[in-house]
Amino acid sequence: MEWETVIGLEIHTQLATKSKIFSGAATAYGAEPNTQACAVDLGLPGVLPVLNQDAVRMAVKFGLAIEAEIAPYSVFARKNYFYPDLPKGYQISQFELPIVGNGHLDIEVDGETKRIGITRAHLEEDAGKSLHEDFHGLTGIDLNRAGTPLLEIVSEPDMRSAKEAVAYMRKLHELVRYLGICDGNMQEGSFRCDANVSVRPKGQKEFGTRAELKNINSFKFVEKAINYEVERQIDLIEAGGKVVQETRLYDAVKDVTRSMRSKEEANDYRYFPDPDLLPVSISEEFKAEVQATMPELPEAKKQRFKDQFGLDDESTAILTSSREMADYFEALLQASGCEARLCANWVTGELAAALNKSSLEISDSPVGYQRLAGLLQRIADNTISGKIAKQVFEEMWQNEAGADEIIDTQGLKQITDTGAIEAIIDKIIADNQGQVEQYRSGKDKVFGFFVGQVMKAMQGKANPEEVNRMLKEKLQP
Amino acid sequence: MYNKTLAEQAEGLRNRQFSSRELTEAYLTRIKQHPELNAFITVTEDLALRQADAADARLAQGDAGVLTGIPIAHKDIFCTDGVKTSCGSKMLDNFIAPYNATVVANLQQAGSVMLGKLNMDEFAMGSSNETSYYGPVKNPWDLNAVPGGSSGGSAAAVAARLAAGVTGTDTGGSIRQPASFCGITGLKPTYGRVSRYGMIAYASSLDQGGPMTRTAEDAAILLQAMAGFDGRDSTSAERPVLDYRAALNQPLDGLKIGLPKEFFGEGLSSDVASVIEAAIDEYRKLGAEIVEVSMPNLKLAIPAYYVIAPAECSANLSRFDGVRFGYRCASPADLTDLYTRSRGEAFGREVKRRILMGTYALSAGYYDAYYIKAQKIRRLISEDFKKTLAGVDVLMGPVAPSVAFGIGEKLGNPIEMYLSDIYTIAVNLAGLPAMSIPAGLASGKPVGLQIIGDYFAEDRLLAVAHRYQQATNWHQLTPPGFQ
Repeated sequence: MEWETVIGLEIHTQLATKSKIFSGAATAYGAEPNTQACAVDLGLPGVLPVLNQDAVRMAVKFGLAIEAEIAPYSVFARKNYFYPDLPKGYQISQFELPIVGNGHLDIEVDGETKRIGITRAHLEEDAGKSLHEDFHGLTGIDLNRAGTPLLEIVSEPDMRSAKEAVAYMRKLHELVRYLGICDGNMQEGSFRCDANVSVRPKGQKEFGTRAELKNINSFKFVEKAINYEVERQIDLIEAGGKVVQETRLYDAVKDVTRSMRSKEEANDYRYFPDPDLLPVSISEEFKAEVQATMPELPEAKKQRFKDQFGLDDESTAILTSSREMADYFEALLQASGCEARLCANWVTGELAAALNKSSLEISDSPVGYQRLAGLLQRIADNTISGKIAKQVFEEMWQNEAGADEIIDTQGLKQITDTGAIEAIIDKIIADNQGQVEQYRSGKDKVFGFFVGQVMKAMQGKANPEEVNRMLKEKLQP
Repeated sequence: MYNKTLAEQAEGLRNRQFSSRELTEAYLTRIKQHPELNAFITVTEDLALRQADAADARLAQGDAGVLTGIPIAHKDIFCTDGVKTSCGSKMLDNFIAPYNATVVANLQQAGSVMLGKLNMDEFAMGSSNETSYYGPVKNPWDLNAVPGGSSGGSAAAVAARLAAGVTGTDTGGSIRQPASFCGITGLKPTYGRVSRYGMIAYASSLDQGGPMTRTAEDAAILLQAMAGFDGRDSTSAERPVLDYRAALNQPLDGLKIGLPKEFFGEGLSSDVASVIEAAIDEYRKLGAEIVEVSMPNLKLAIPAYYVIAPAECSANLSRFDGVRFGYRCASPADLTDLYTRSRGEAFGREVKRRILMGTYALSAGYYDAYYIKAQKIRRLISEDFKKTLAGVDVLMGPVAPSVAFGIGEKLGNPIEMYLSDIYTIAVNLAGLPAMSIPAGLASGKPVGLQIIGDYFAEDRLLAVAHRYQQATNWHQLTPPGFQ
């Protein structure tokens, strides 16, 4: 039988606010345990939550970016369950009236564009962390993360393969980073994914019974976990079994999913509106205010880069892969006044490779756009060749000197003085008569030998075009 | 000294008739003389004397406010920095709050002296102060009777002259009913007028702190310092605080009083009814117009309340889990054991009953039938009040259907206990301000007159109460043996 996979994703994005969603404590990652938890985060008797407006602003920004309905009136609810790292015994979340309603995101898989529906996105607080190691059989609780704002983004079950799921996840990852509402750091848990996976015979309308895969924290694992789960479900059904609705955990080491709890064991969360918080009303003015801060979104930027700069698909994709990269490129273009193609080649070539080699983000690049602009200008005005430029760039990566300074102190300036070049060429032709004969008898390849000899003699500083032109002339029989 | 009202004490301090230290010591002595009332859970003697000395220094410098040097006490539901805050429960018997509730901070800022923390029903759940882990409070008018609840320690302390003014909280009548039972003045402000930050939550949408004193004037003075917008409480009202004391003598010409007929029907004991009727006659004599009104949905207040309040409390009390603070059972076997035994051993019967009721009401399959329905009723009741208050200035009636009942009398019958709040609960559901003022005695025990006003019309309410206290002296009665 032919099977169809149905996937929906729930993605928790940690919002990049300075303080927590309901308290003034800081949200910075990696502090000593329990040093970033105030009375409110600890759930002390008598404390009350106060909503962080920045979290609301970021949720609205996301909603506007996916062309979703922004709820004029949304409500925080208490989700009740006991766990030691959940200080109040309930999580403040949104249930019936989330802040962001129906929206969508377009993904591209194998050259085809597909629209994935987004059912909702709601604000909630994160829990703390339970630490089971190093406590001699006891459990340690770190509440630094408790109260960190999350935006949970729930998709429609619109994806039909692990590949589509990954494409959606990457697209969303790119978007939230573009919007500046999430740092996207998956190792630190800023962007976490749960996947609802089911299979059905191709052509069947009803959905199959789904399993929820919890907390899969890399693009690679999402793909592997879904593929494993799809295979498991198909094998199970084909062997006459039935898929049960349950929560499963992906084990990345063994590459399997394991049952965590069944539907029967599922909690009754007893959601009800949190009486400590007023409903959130979003006015048209507030929306307009947020809209005004909206950056150019990835799709629009890609199109513009193609139209405005005449760049190809590949360069465009790399340049727009993050807002920082795109900003760097445009700043470079402006500062250097060089051709877009030259700038693009350098950003996607030398710069990207160097960053990659040092595992650095472009925002931490040792060579800022202004210094790189200085270098590109010297290529454009023929002061140095592209080859020498790479040498200068390497130098710039190591220290803080500007391109001109390096070119001057190392004497890398290109020689365009035809007299000097001519003298060298004449000498090389005189010294290598055998090769001259070969060339003249039709062995074109020998031409490269002469270029190499001239360049060597001039320490690479001769203008290559000039060398070519003059060599051709002199070698004529 | 301790027989003076708070306003009189303020004047005495200002005129150097006595010092804050003398006044504070007089109260501390008196508190020690009356352990039988069990009104205090904690007496903060050292702190009180330190604060009194600081107040005396300010008084000497002449930069004192009206509350500077005035000894007060807090219901043990308000968090007090560095002082045990038990909420009347074994669960928090070991809890030293690391911060001050906004109300506590406000009153401290105003220069008052804290004598200690007052007994109360456990987590403010009760109408008789019998559910306290620290034992029942006795009514100064009859040591075999309850003082009412949940602010029973607060009411008994004021009635017995252990403090001229104290704080209380009112979720379903917990300021007004004990004020009525103990013959003092109690004010439950409009929901949102007084910050709830640091006030341990029972039912968040209903809880409201307020003053308990002997006179309306004293209530005005205390409320002035307690009230105000608080950025740490999202339900706090962002509107200016009126000058309540100045408003006490506002003209009441043409005052129109509504008597909800639902407050005078079956269940109201006849001796209480006659005291209330006499009080209303007094207002008639003072020139007020009296009209009968009707609010048909009031009869639904108790069932709605006993869904909403327990539902909220079931979540509010989840933080008491033995993990971070409060009681933890001895050597728990595992996590479930830690939860069940810590909570099982430290919560009393009434608290458990309400947590269970609330958990049930919020459960899947019951939510719509109970919680949603109760919220609809709540809206209907609020509408009833709004419509009625559009035609009258204030509403009046009894606070409770009877005078203080005997200790142990209703403990075995929760429904009967719940019905003792039948006239007060609807006010909390609507979020309105209301008072109880002493209006006379029935069988030798105090009867309170309830006055209900419009939203944020505490000034009007206090003026109406003050006018009555100018014309009568019921508020000056002292329990026999406590003169």
